[in-house]
Amino acid sequence: MSTSREESMQNSEVSLQDIETEGLSQSQIVRKRFFHHRGAMVSIIFLFIIIVTVFTALESKIFGIRIPGWWKYTVEDLPELELGVCDDGLVGCPTLSLVPSFLGGDGIQLGEHPFGQDDIGRDYLALVMRGAQRSLMVTFVIGAMSGVIGTVIGAISGFYRGFIDSVLMRFTDFIITVPTIIIGSVIGFHFGNLGVAFLAFYLGLFGWTGLSRLVRGEFLTLREREFVDAARVAGATNRRIIFKHILPNAVGIIIVSVTLLMSGAILLETALSYLGFGVVAPDVSLGSLISQYQESFTTRPWLFWYPGLFIISIALSINFIGDGLRDAFDPRQRRRITKKDRKNAKVARKALAHK
Amino acid sequence: MEGSRLLAFIMRRLGTLGVILFGSSFLLYNLAAISGDPLGELRISQDPRAKQIMISLTRELQLDVPPPLRYFLWLRGVLGLFVGNLDLGNTRSGESVATAIASAIPTTVRLVFTASILAMVLGISIGIITALRQYSKFDYAMTFVSFLLFSLPIFWVAVLLKQFMAIEFNNWLSAPTISLTALVSIGVILSLIVSSVAGATGKKNYTIFGSVFAGTVVTLWTLQKINWFLEPGLGPIFFFFACVGIAYGVTQLSVGIANKTALKSSISMAVIALILYYPTRKAFTFDKQGLIVVAMAILTISLAVSVSLVIAKIDKAAIVRTTVIAAFMMGLVRLLDQLMYTWPRFISTDAINYRPVPTVGQANSLLEPGDYWISTLDLLMHLILPTIALTAISFAGYIRFARGTMLEVLNQDYIRTARAKGLSERTVIMRHAFRNTLIPLSTIIVVDFAGIIGGAIITERVFGWKGMGTLFNAAINSFDLNLLMGVFFLTGTLALTANLVADLLYSALDPRIRTGAGA
Repeated sequence: MSTSREESMQNSEVSLQDIETEGLSQSQIVRKRFFHHRGAMVSIIFLFIIIVTVFTALESKIFGIRIPGWWKYTVEDLPELELGVCDDGLVGCPTLSLVPSFLGGDGIQLGEHPFGQDDIGRDYLALVMRGAQRSLMVTFVIGAMSGVIGTVIGAISGFYRGFIDSVLMRFTDFIITVPTIIIGSVIGFHFGNLGVAFLAFYLGLFGWTGLSRLVRGEFLTLREREFVDAARVAGATNRRIIFKHILPNAVGIIIVSVTLLMSGAILLETALSYLGFGVVAPDVSLGSLISQYQESFTTRPWLFWYPGLFIISIALSINFIGDGLRDAFDPRQRRRITKKDRKNAKVARKALAHK
Repeated sequence: MEGSRLLAFIMRRLGTLGVILFGSSFLLYNLAAISGDPLGELRISQDPRAKQIMISLTRELQLDVPPPLRYFLWLRGVLGLFVGNLDLGNTRSGESVATAIASAIPTTVRLVFTASILAMVLGISIGIITALRQYSKFDYAMTFVSFLLFSLPIFWVAVLLKQFMAIEFNNWLSAPTISLTALVSIGVILSLIVSSVAGATGKKNYTIFGSVFAGTVVTLWTLQKINWFLEPGLGPIFFFFACVGIAYGVTQLSVGIANKTALKSSISMAVIALILYYPTRKAFTFDKQGLIVVAMAILTISLAVSVSLVIAKIDKAAIVRTTVIAAFMMGLVRLLDQLMYTWPRFISTDAINYRPVPTVGQANSLLEPGDYWISTLDLLMHLILPTIALTAISFAGYIRFARGTMLEVLNQDYIRTARAKGLSERTVIMRHAFRNTLIPLSTIIVVDFAGIIGGAIITERVFGWKGMGTLFNAAINSFDLNLLMGVFFLTGTLALTANLVADLLYSALDPRIRTGAGA
């Protein structure tokens, strides 16, 4: 019974999809599908808000020009520990309140220290913002570097095959053998003091292996396709074939795996900082904040909650964006058929029948 | 012909493996060596003996040899493996690296084994269910949960677990009452899951929801009334019900409930289990419990085999398989019941003092040794938190992978054929779809198993276990090159070997793939 229902659904889906994508270019279809993925759209807006908030919170210097942040405290400030605002005799608790006053709360307000203060009175919002800046930066640097290196190595070995392929793939195996956390720890422990950008750069040098294998596989299939033969017969150079014909077809898989790689990167960075091998004091990252304050969970839980919430929000939105991209780029993917779609399809079929 | 080609393939791959291991160990050795000075702390030390220690350390660890050359000294020790004389060098404290690793492996295995098995079983089953119920509420919820788990740092989860599963749970256990709100919300969540998985529509859906909700609430309320959480146990009656349930479930999944012989055979095992309930309780009080448990496992399996052979006339293999699986699971339930039976004695000991879930460590040293069941419970209690943390983190991957593979398989033509020729839905899913889903999964499992030996670094640290992760951590912090390389040698070799095994397994399971063709 369920079989016949499914089959009729599949048939209607095929016709639905044909009507939906009629007269659209590949990139238009992808864009349309992506914009229809609700989770991905919510995440992309959410992530954008986080990034803007985080990077404008503190005073920053770009090419020697001082840009003031929107938050009054900085990481270096040492305000007095606030007494008397908290219940149970706690010191330095968060003043952030989200319950409106007509529901019996204190009204929606930030207060003096929205995320509370740490044990010596530093404003925790400023610390978390700085930590999130560091973590986001590491994530993007790792994503960009791994994306570029992985694509180049995968593309070359998939396109040229033969000897070059074997050499490059054995090289990839060789990098895979060294567990990321080991290499990360060795690098982070000894170069962590050279600054967070350097750490990100080195981690990026080792994060591309999975991507390069994927790209290679994709290139191996695509180079055998008719359109590549056609281009070659028409006299296109290898460079043109790679950049104009094959790469645009492989771009979906690259974007998706770079996104997922980035969500892994933020966890790697926080894990390394947690172990003390990543971002080291006096600089802070989300991982090092958690590591520093995990003992105080029972007395000052906010020192533990806020960095964690930022890690999860960032990683979760990146994951959802990646999922939306995968759905959008995968031509075999069947989107869920909603009631609205069925209605539209019915209208379209009637219009066709009348013609 | 085929065999010789396979052998050539394996030999070639082993050769490449050796070259890769050589290269990456050389890289890591030098990277680690140039990045820090093992004598750095001693150089600035005010200790008058510092100079003496420096000299002796330099001699022992051959620090006067430059790292690229020192690497070959280390390599010579490793290559001793082939003449049966493996030498991984000594740690800074003079202990043999091989000994240190050998003593750390059992701890790590104990820590990650249960977690990986649980993650695989749970992840694959949930993944397959979500694929069968694509776009249901359950599917959406599980997609969200798996993304959430993907995004969680394990140390963050660990702290939360310590707080809520250990400290708060222990507090709760001192007066185990479930509040009305908790009772209702547990009921709602459970019945939402069950009704979504069942996938029924209309009135039937509400019936399922209602009955699961009522069942959960009544059960929990009764358990709390009879003080079950402090004195748990199944008792012979519920034990028998559980066994009958297992018999039905395993038969349905394995050969289908229509196979009356298999059902009869499994039910007979349930009856035997009931008859043996009190004799086994007596047997569990004897000395040398470890041996007795093993003996009873063997006895159970052989009983199952003989019972099913007596009952089955045709198609013996399938029935024996079904009965053995069912009997094995009944044995596990029996052990669980025995552990529950020990529980009151366990929590009332002085060492435990009604706080059974510990936050750190691998065993309670205050507990008096000797009682097999109490020390088993103690071991399990120490395993609970790390296991939950590791499982939660890693099973998300299995859900996504199993779901994707299953969906792909369900779209294949042979599934349509199987349905078209009138096979039951159970046969189509269990025999045609599930088995083909397992092919790519099996290769991932092999690689994952190798990865976890070195992979629990953070978990070990958070929960205070002393395994491979701790060794590695110590090696980095104290610039202990030999120890670092020892850990790497093990994990690297395992990872590469697992990849080779995965390739071979893939070609063995999937006849479409030819090993060594071309490559």
